[in-house]
This record gives sequence, C-alpha cells and structure tokens, in this order.
Amino acid sequence: MRNLRLVLVRWMFVVAFGLLMPNALPAQTSLSGVISDVQPRMVKLYGAGGVQGLEAYQSGFVVSNEGHILTVWSYVLDADVITATLDDGRKLPAEVIGMDPRLEIAVLKVDAQDLAHFNLDEAVALEPGHKVLAFSNLYGVAAGNEPTSVLRGIVSAKSDLAARRGAFETNYRGKVYVLDAMTNNPGAAGGALTNRKGQLAGLLGKELRNSQTNTWLNYAIPVSELVQAVVDIRAGKLRSAARDETVKKPKDAPTLAALGVQLVPDFLPKTPPFVESVRPMSPAAKAGIRPDDLILFVNDQLVPSHKQVVEELTFIDRVDMVRLTIQRGQDLLDVQLSLEP
Amino acid sequence: MSNTRSWYLLHFLCGAMTFIPFASEILAQDVAAAVLSAEQQRIEAIAKASRSAVAVFANGGNGGGSGVVISPDGYALTNFHVVQPAGSYMKCSMNDGRLYDAVIVGIDPTGDVAVIKLLGRDDFPTAKMVDSDQVKVGDWCFAVGNPFLLATDFQPTVTYGIVSGTHRYQYPAGTLLEYADCIQTDAAINPGNSGGPLYDANGDLIGVNGRGSFEKRGRVNVGVGYAISINQIKHFLGCLKSGRFVDHATAGFNVGTSEDGRVLVSNILESSDAYRRGLRYDAEVVSFGGRQIDTTNAFKNVLGIYPKGWRVPLTYRYDGKMVSTHVRLTGVHAEEELLELVQRKPKQAPQPKPDDKAPGEKEPEKMPGEKKPPPDRPMPKLPTPGEKPKASPPPPEVAKLIQARRGYANYYFNLRNRERVWKAASANADFSKLQGEWQLTGQHSRGGAVVITLANDKVEGIFPAEKATIDLAKDLDEQLAPAGSGGLLVALHLWRQLLVEGPEKFGDVYYYGTAPQRDIDGLSDVLIATRNVVEMRLAFDPSGGRLQLLEMISDPDEDPCEVRFSDYREVNGRQFPHSLEVRRGDFVYGKLTLNEIKLTPSDEGASK
Repeated sequence: MRNLRLVLVRWMFVVAFGLLMPNALPAQTSLSGVISDVQPRMVKLYGAGGVQGLEAYQSGFVVSNEGHILTVWSYVLDADVITATLDDGRKLPAEVIGMDPRLEIAVLKVDAQDLAHFNLDEAVALEPGHKVLAFSNLYGVAAGNEPTSVLRGIVSAKSDLAARRGAFETNYRGKVYVLDAMTNNPGAAGGALTNRKGQLAGLLGKELRNSQTNTWLNYAIPVSELVQAVVDIRAGKLRSAARDETVKKPKDAPTLAALGVQLVPDFLPKTPPFVESVRPMSPAAKAGIRPDDLILFVNDQLVPSHKQVVEELTFIDRVDMVRLTIQRGQDLLDVQLSLEP
Repeated sequence: MSNTRSWYLLHFLCGAMTFIPFASEILAQDVAAAVLSAEQQRIEAIAKASRSAVAVFANGGNGGGSGVVISPDGYALTNFHVVQPAGSYMKCSMNDGRLYDAVIVGIDPTGDVAVIKLLGRDDFPTAKMVDSDQVKVGDWCFAVGNPFLLATDFQPTVTYGIVSGTHRYQYPAGTLLEYADCIQTDAAINPGNSGGPLYDANGDLIGVNGRGSFEKRGRVNVGVGYAISINQIKHFLGCLKSGRFVDHATAGFNVGTSEDGRVLVSNILESSDAYRRGLRYDAEVVSFGGRQIDTTNAFKNVLGIYPKGWRVPLTYRYDGKMVSTHVRLTGVHAEEELLELVQRKPKQAPQPKPDDKAPGEKEPEKMPGEKKPPPDRPMPKLPTPGEKPKASPPPPEVAKLIQARRGYANYYFNLRNRERVWKAASANADFSKLQGEWQLTGQHSRGGAVVITLANDKVEGIFPAEKATIDLAKDLDEQLAPAGSGGLLVALHLWRQLLVEGPEKFGDVYYYGTAPQRDIDGLSDVLIATRNVVEMRLAFDPSGGRLQLLEMISDPDEDPCEVRFSDYREVNGRQFPHSLEVRRGDFVYGKLTLNEIKLTPSDEGASK
C-alpha cells in the first residue's frame, strides 16, 4: 500500500511537470523577443492628478491603425490636455473620443497613423493556469522612450468581480481574470495583459482594494467584455457630440437652473459635472437627482465637463425630454427630466 | 465464489500496481529532455548562487539585511542603508552554516552600496560578476537573501522572477540614494533583501537589490523591485575597497531635451572640465560614457554609474562640429556635506515587523495604506523587536582591522592599499637612499636639450625656450614653469620628493581606488598626494604596478600638468623612467627623452 502511494506521488509529480513545464521552455528562450514585440503598442498617458494619492499618469495601448488608444476611464482623463507618450518617445496630445461608464473604459485618439497596435478582434481568451505577461507604466517608472514595465504571472481564476459597496468599489460587474502577479499598481491601469506569446487578452483594471480585507486585487478585464464598447465608441456612440457650426439650436432650450440643478462651480478646464444641490420640487428633484450625482451623458452624448453639460442642453428643445445618465456611488442610473408640468 | 472474487481482485490490484510504475516511466520519457535539463540547470544555478549569498546581521542584533561575496578573501557587497546602523563591524551567515565576523570597508552613500569584508577564510565561495548591460527585459532572474531576517537558520530565501525593466532611473529618495541605471524585477524584493544579490538564470551576479516602489501598498513587495547594476558597482569597487566614503559624480553641466528630441546642454559651469574641453550651452550631447544619449534620463543614468574623479568619454556637437573628448567628473557633494549625510540617521518609513508571525499575518490595522510613505524608499533595515540592542565591542582580532578616521569608513583598508600600491611601484626602485641631487639630461621632442636638476632644496631646469627655477620657500601653485607645461618642474619636484621620502613622510597620501586612464587598458590604482597646496594624482600600471601617470593639480578649476612616465630602465640598479610625455589639457607640451640620469646618494647630496 505504501508502495502504491509512493507510485501515485511520483505519477502526480510527473503529470504536474508534464503539464506545466513544456510551455515554459520554448517561451523562456524567446520571452525577451515577445516582450520587445509588444512594447511598441504600449502608451504612457499623462493627465490630471499629481496631488496626494492620485497619480497623474496611467497606461494604455494602441488598438487601431488610426491612433486609437484603449485605456481605463479615470480622473487622469479629466485634464485639459492629455499627453500620450508612445514607445518611441513621441509625445502626442490625445483626445478622449468616448467612454463607457459601465466598463470604466475610455477610447482616446492621437493624430498618428500606422502605429503598431493590437487588433481587438484577435484577442485570446484565457483560462486559469495560463501564463501571462502584464505590460504597464506602473509607478510611472518609464518615461519618454523607455519601455513600460513587464511582470509575469498566471491566471489564478476567471471570475465575476464581486463588486459591491464595502468591497470593491467599481462600476464594472463582469468577468475578470484574477492574476497572481502584482499587476495593478498605481499607474498600471489601462495596461495590457497578454499571454506568453504576446497576444492580447485583457486590460489591466483600476486599483481595487477590498475595504473589508484590506487586500488589493490584481485583475484584468477580458477583451471580449470590452470589444463591443470600443466598436460602439468608434462608431460614434458613447461620445461627445460632434457638431459643426451649421447645426441649428432650438430657440428655447432648458437650462440647468430651469431643471433645478446646480453643479459644482466650474473652476477647472474640465470640471467634472457633479451635482452640488437640487432645488426642491424642481424637475430634477422629481426625477430623483441628488447632490453628489455625477452627470455622464445628456441624451446619450458624453459630457465630461461642466461646460459640456451646459453646451449640450442648448441643443435640446424645451418641450423635449432631457435624458441623463448619472453615476451615484458605484451605480449608474438613467433618469428623464421634463420641464412640462 | 467469494474466494474467486478476492483472488481476481488481488490480481487486478497487482496488475494495477505493475501498470502504474510502467505508466510513470512512459510519462517521464514524455517530458522533453530540454525541459528536464532546464529544470536541472535552474536547480544548479540556485545551488551555486546560494553559496555566495550572505545574511548580514548588525552587531548587537540591531537589524540586518543581505549581501553577496565577490572575492575568495571575503570582500562582499551590500547596501549602505544595511550597514549604516550596524557600524564598523557585523556578523554574516552563509549557507555553509557558519557565522563569520565582518568589518566595514567602504561606503558609497549616494549609490547605496557598501563593501564589507568577511573574515576567517581565504577560500570563500564567490559570485561571478557578469556584464549587466547584456541583461534584457524578460530574462529570468532570482534574488537570494534574508527577507524579514528569515535566514537566521543559515538558509537564504530564493525568489524568482523576470527582469521587468533595464536602465531605469529612480530619483533620489531624500537627498541621497539615487538609483541610476538600475535593473527592475518582479522577483519578490522585501525588507531584508536589501544588499542581497540579483542573479541571472545562470546564477551569475547582475545586481544588488535595494529598493522598491511601494507608495500606498506598504513596505512589502508589490512586484516592483530595483537592483543596482553590477556594472555600476564594478566602477565603484576599487574606490570602495579604499575604505573611503565614495562620492558620486557631477559633470559640471545639465542637459534638457529639446522640442525635436535632442539632448542639449541647458547650463554649464565655466570651471568644469567639460567647459575646458569646449562644451558650451546649447551643445548637443551625442554620447556619454560610450552610450548614445537620446533622453535626459539616459544622461542621468550614465552620470549615475561613475564615481567622483573618473574621466569619462563625451561626444558632443557644437557649432557644426562633432567633438569627442574625455571629461573629468567632480563630486556631487562637498566633502563636509557627504560626511554629514553619511552620519545622518535615515528617516524610517513605516515597516513590517519581522517576528514570530509570518509576513502574511500582520495585523490589518498596521497594514500600510493608512499612511502613505514617500515612493521609492530604500528597503528599511529590519530592526529586531524587543529591547534596545546592545552593541558589543568587536573581538580583538576583528578590532585590528578597524581604524577610525574622519572621512573614512575604515582607514585600515586605505593604509593597506597604499602600502600595496607603493610596494609594487617601488619594487627594484627604492630611492630612499638617493637623497642627493638628481640630474636628468635629455632631448625635447620639439628639438633642443633639456637639463633638469632636482634636489631637496633646489629645483631648476634648462628647457629649449627658457631657463626656470622654483623657489621652494613660496607656494608652488604659482610657479608653473616651463611655460605651457602647466607646472612640469613642480610636478617633477614633488615626484622626486615622494620617491625619496615615501608616502608616510611625504605628507597626506591616500589611496583613491581605481580609475581608467587615457591610453591605458584596464583600471589603474590611484594615489592622491597633497603637499604645499598642490595635489598630485598618481596612476599606476594595472599590470606591472609602475607609476605611469602623474597629474599635478595646481588649481582644481584649471587643467593639471600631466606627466606620463614610460620606458623604465635600470639606473644605479633601480628602475627609472626614460620617457616623460608632458601635456596640459589638450595641449601637448612635448616628450622628453632622457639619455643621462645622475642620481646622487644622500651624503653627497647633503654636502653639495
């Protein structure tokens, strides 16, 4: 019987090595090659922040031939000028063309063609046990033409993100790859998760700390969860309205005052449109808007700043409904306001 | 029936038992030979590397860190911030199960490196220092050390990872501890790993761990550790063995990146060597230290890997011309400033406490995150909990190797090296009995005869263009004859005095360490001798130990007078140079070829 156990242990040992080792070796010889192939697609992003605990940088990667960059949606993008530093050291202004608040992602664009990029349609799906590489500018270690940092690890689990008040505070509610490497450091959000061959698999998420256990989660959002949103944003949805001078404004448009909403004073180039107060009995009060709500969309048009909320309202006729998408804590709400009694 | 069944079952089991080993054999064969050999190679690399790793425990149980032995006689590398609280003497354990006494040798406070010497053996296992510039992102690497002071059982901890970044520049934490050109790894680097080795996949030494990025995550590994590159340490090693506080360098100019991505000089000191070599504001720095410079960080990376006093190649473009030259680097800190910084206690950041609890079981309320330490701090040295440690005096045989002196980490090592260098240089060349007048007669390469007379009380020379005398009663730094040489007569006078008096009597003579010299392969030992407001740097041939280059510095803001000695031949039974090449800055004064050398013994000289 003892013999049998010994044999079994030996057998298990061999199976374990048989499964785990062969992958490692061919990759090991070419790991630096794989990494230098991925690096040109990585982007270092710089924007708002810089005050205590809020880094003014994050990561991103190029996803199109036309200079589109996928990253996470965060306060870093609340800047007048967002700078994208490419792998070759070029610094280009980047424009937020759209974002999906439910996924907390944003698509930026720089004026550059034919950049090395990941094709989201070719992204791979991972399973627990798969070996991965995480590329990001964590801690802002890299600057200029210095390549981003690379960590290696494995997928520990593919799981629903247990996002709820008191645990992980995030809007994202889908599947994530939980990783065994410390990938989600400051500045790493928006980085790329690839398999050992350098094929894109996920987007490194924002830093999440479980406030109950005081532990940090290392995770990436599978590309399959994001790809439709990126297509939508590039197709013109989930973005700020693009209008030229010829678009006629209605004679009479609703104003914030008429709707009963007072926003936080507009003191920054891009002040996030947080609600300061709501006038009792106003349309906004009737729709249930509360102080501290953040207005994300007005009639499905992205409004990343106070100014853009004001501007967007001028294109709505007073008799029409005003649809707002607001963020309250970790929840997203759609509400309708009407000036008609 | 039941018998039959059990017999059948038994047979089945036996069959299974014979089958299973058989199956495992098959599977073993299925593992590719390359896999098995890679596994074996990793095991061997770790075994080899673990032998040279050191766990450093400060005297009196006052914390500790890690280190690595690099020479059979016990020289080992660690971090400055590990030895700083330990003082001049510490205990080191290795995985042979032995505890060794060790003494401090030298300190590079800015680069956070210290050299210590383990005692008791001349056959220590050593790590091989390889070329860390060959390290690539994605290479496997591993750290061996003493995280959380776990190695009290003589078993160092091994953590494996990849190289996450190379040539990283990390700004100074506080006023000291700049990490330039360092290696970034995701191998776990925790408090206590400080000073320990980072090895490549072969188990060869590529860096010394010492720093991590933490911020709000607290002072444990978050996958971002930094190692000082071993190439940088190779530059500093000779200086660190001198027992001095070794300073980092400044070039005398700053650079910035222009709109079009060129690296331009943004300001420059007129007193710097770079200025004297023609570098000006707005010149484009093309390469520095042999590396192409395309960003400000790249420049800072290069600057950060050299000790004060080295000459480093520089190529710049100015006024349409490309110029390749060498510039002498000066110190980052004034001498007093460096002393003060070395003695200042480091500010302690919140840190995990190593004790009976495993690292993972720390009380959540003490978990970092509540307080945000500044980013990129050096790993704290680990204090052991409990009562205040009592430092005991070193045992007598260890105390012999410790000699305190202002400006030195351990003057003992400076003296030993000075003796070593002088002994090699004066082999078959003892001039102590030749205190009389020296007369050197020869030819100047530009034509004309030269006669130089050197004595304790008389210095004069006849040169093709002039006749010159030095008044030894006056300051020597004002008497720089012959014209254009930068002070050849003073240089030769001091050279002779050093030869006849020896370093003990000459004045302040100390061992600088090693530095590269123009047109000399390898690193030369350098002595610095000061007398009568004049400083001399003496560089010795790396192979034979003869004096090869003398620089007489009359004014630190001016070019020195350089004399290159060669063609050593016997005179009066002593090796004496017959060729003296003299230059100042870019101006070559000329080569003196000696054909008659008269060295008078002491009594005759005195009677003259």
